[in-house]
Amino acid sequence: MSTVLPDVTLDAPVNLSRRRFLASTAVGALVIGFGLPLGASRVQAATGAGAERGTQVPAFLGIRADGSVRLLSPFMEGGQGTHTAMAQIIGEELDADPTTFTVEAAPPGEAYVVMENGMRITGGSMSVRMSYPTMRRLGALARAMLLQAAAEQLNVPVAQLTTQPGRVLHAASGRSLGYGELAGRALDMPVPDPAGITLRDPSQFRWIGKPVKRLDAYDKSTGKAQYSIDLKVDGMLHAAVQHAPRLGMSVGSLRNQAQVEAMKGVHSVHTLPGAVAVVAERWWHAKRAVEAIQVDWREAAADSSVRVMPADFSSDKYRDFLATQQGPARDEENTGDVAATLASAKTRVDATYHNQYLNHAQLEPPSALARYNPDGTLEVWLPNQAPDMFRADIAKRTGLAIEQITLHSPLLGGFFGRHFLYESANPYPQAIALTKAVGRPIKLIWSREEEFLRDVLRPVAVVKFRAALDDQGLPLAIEAVSATEGPTEAIAGKQGDKLDPTALEGLSGKSYSIPNTRIAQIYVKGPAMLGYWRSVGNSLNDFFYEAFLDELADKGGHDPYELRLHLLRDNARLTTLLQAVGELSGGWKRGPFTAEDGSRRARGVAMASPFGSHAAVVAEVSIEHGQVKVHDIWQAIDPGSIVNPAIIEAQVNGAVALGLSQTLLEEAVYVDGMPRARNYDLYPILPPSRMARVHVKIVESGEKMGGIGEPPLPAVAPAVANAVARLTGQRIRSLPLSRYTFS
Amino acid sequence: MQLRINQQAYEVDADADTPLLWVIRDDLGLTGTKYGCGLAQCGACSVLVDGNVVRSCVTPVAGVVGREITTIEAIEADEVGKRVVAAWVERQVAQCGYCQSGQVMAATALLKHTPAPSKAQIDAAMVNLCRCGTYNAIHAAMDDLAAGKETV
Repeated sequence: MSTVLPDVTLDAPVNLSRRRFLASTAVGALVIGFGLPLGASRVQAATGAGAERGTQVPAFLGIRADGSVRLLSPFMEGGQGTHTAMAQIIGEELDADPTTFTVEAAPPGEAYVVMENGMRITGGSMSVRMSYPTMRRLGALARAMLLQAAAEQLNVPVAQLTTQPGRVLHAASGRSLGYGELAGRALDMPVPDPAGITLRDPSQFRWIGKPVKRLDAYDKSTGKAQYSIDLKVDGMLHAAVQHAPRLGMSVGSLRNQAQVEAMKGVHSVHTLPGAVAVVAERWWHAKRAVEAIQVDWREAAADSSVRVMPADFSSDKYRDFLATQQGPARDEENTGDVAATLASAKTRVDATYHNQYLNHAQLEPPSALARYNPDGTLEVWLPNQAPDMFRADIAKRTGLAIEQITLHSPLLGGFFGRHFLYESANPYPQAIALTKAVGRPIKLIWSREEEFLRDVLRPVAVVKFRAALDDQGLPLAIEAVSATEGPTEAIAGKQGDKLDPTALEGLSGKSYSIPNTRIAQIYVKGPAMLGYWRSVGNSLNDFFYEAFLDELADKGGHDPYELRLHLLRDNARLTTLLQAVGELSGGWKRGPFTAEDGSRRARGVAMASPFGSHAAVVAEVSIEHGQVKVHDIWQAIDPGSIVNPAIIEAQVNGAVALGLSQTLLEEAVYVDGMPRARNYDLYPILPPSRMARVHVKIVESGEKMGGIGEPPLPAVAPAVANAVARLTGQRIRSLPLSRYTFS
Repeated sequence: MQLRINQQAYEVDADADTPLLWVIRDDLGLTGTKYGCGLAQCGACSVLVDGNVVRSCVTPVAGVVGREITTIEAIEADEVGKRVVAAWVERQVAQCGYCQSGQVMAATALLKHTPAPSKAQIDAAMVNLCRCGTYNAIHAAMDDLAAGKETV
């Protein structure tokens, strides 16, 4: 078969294990370096049965004749910089310049399950922090194999050899060999025992911890980078769908099928679960035709296999409904005696907060390319954050064995949690059904409108706070009861034995010293399909908590920055972080004050501790034409230790943008069971004109490494809300701010 | 109909009202130009027509017959475009990269007309959406370019 994927025209890499694997693979250039299957003996013999994770060097690395390195990454690149980080980490120990790396996503398979929690996903800000020691060791193992190969080739003891980037040196004889010259021999080397590997002293790092340039910067600035939506294979047809207006509905009849079939370019019209599809030679023809189909939609059956969206669902009314929920509630945290403290308190503060649904709105619309090969195997190209889960799901849907399914994971045109396995929110089941029906490869693209109709939503919550202050106006008790459904329990379709940690994170896990604390959830199963959205539960819960904390400060007569310092007085790490953001912003100054341009401004502060990292944010705002203008965001972030400060700064910028977007203007509104917005015209995302200047301070405490993609997001909303409250005197207890009137 | 794209002539069989975007992507296989919204909202589909930036997702192909179209694939053949790409790399603008073809085209169009744009001119021209939030990096690159800083 001939595959026309233009991104695989690189020089054939000399894979360390090439000879062993070529025999079992179908398409040369595509699969070189896919060091599977793992039954292959030498690797296993060398590392023992059930090889230790991340030790199967040939599955990950190939070295070309010119010494450049090809890495198959366990993690997907979607803008967060993980491919560059992997090259830095492995290159450091392999002794190969990361800028000589080409990185692609590895296929599914046990070999790539490298995270210390036993998973392989790209999410939860986990990629680097959960694989860092393993990926360092991988680089070191590969270096050891190259050294052994050089020892044989030069006929010298391996102990006499050293490396410099890309070369093995024999100082005694002045001879040296490039990695590219050794790769062929190194492939016959057994993988050494990982226990005998010594890692580089961090004080000697050349690339880890340095602002190494992203490997994909040029390709992404010149249109050369290829995403799922760009791919093409021989004989491929295009497909577009029209989804049922509400999830759960099914196709009754097509009133004008014959006319649509006669439209230009149309190959065929298809009925799918909850959708109709048109296959055509061109996607534009498919889209135009499918939108012309007049479908009689049938209401959902009582035994619908998907969550049913009712015809009267309104997101505003649902919020009111959540606010009426009385329980029962389950406690996530309960310390001291909250009830008694509240009952006897002289000063009480009670408030109710809520947030809004959000779409992912990643710029690349979802797509899937599917092809059945003549031998009955299936190949699928699709955006995903969890290849093994997707492959398993495809096996379940098709009845194929997983060995018969090849899953490709191209670059992601943004993800933010969009590309996990969500029932009814991914195009690949449709693409597979269509390719099976027409007998030719199918690329299905969801139009932006169809994407907005099926995207899973960031959850909503209504949180009721009650707090007690002591004689000094300091918090003595705080209680937060959230009526909500977390994304994990929503995907499962039911509440688990334990609380869904993604429902309450950000309300729970706070480090403030408040003697009586209760954090609880009233589980309310809703009708909307929910999913993970960058920083997940923290994206709403840190807003609630940190904004309410400012209410307590005001009621108790304390400055909110000073109050936080006081409540963190026994926590050196967070005290340092809060002081760092204070200094970064030129010293804490709440305002209101008059800026140089004459505008009245104020600042707010907030903190968050998501995904193993800690963040502190100061925001400066004014009111301009009745809207909140965010001038500056100062953010101090402590991820313990770091791999690439430049990428961290970029991630902070990106997280701030998304944080501002949800704070200022974004919301998915449902009326009559349907989203009001089906495109960016009615679902505004942060435009350049509303971006703030961003100032970043990375604090390396040396504690356990934390995440970076999501942690800079959650403290943005409350910092802005607290600044706005200070400036306007108006409490901000909900998002987005576009629902408020400011003068 | 005949189109001139990136200094080459192409014979294209498409309906007059087909958006230029889909002719570029599906008929000609030039996939650097991206589909984001189809409504001229996001700018991911930006191309140059006679040196002006247009959103190809809402540009009927018949309207550009006889005009010179430039897509991201030929951006470095243009002296200004080459400088823009170099600045984008130097400032490490891209994250997911999906909108960046359009951003680079918008920047190139601005600089071809206005070699040293003011901040207000940059703000007015650089309005494409970026979900990754690369706006500050884009501004840093634009400031370098406006100041004539060489990064090539």
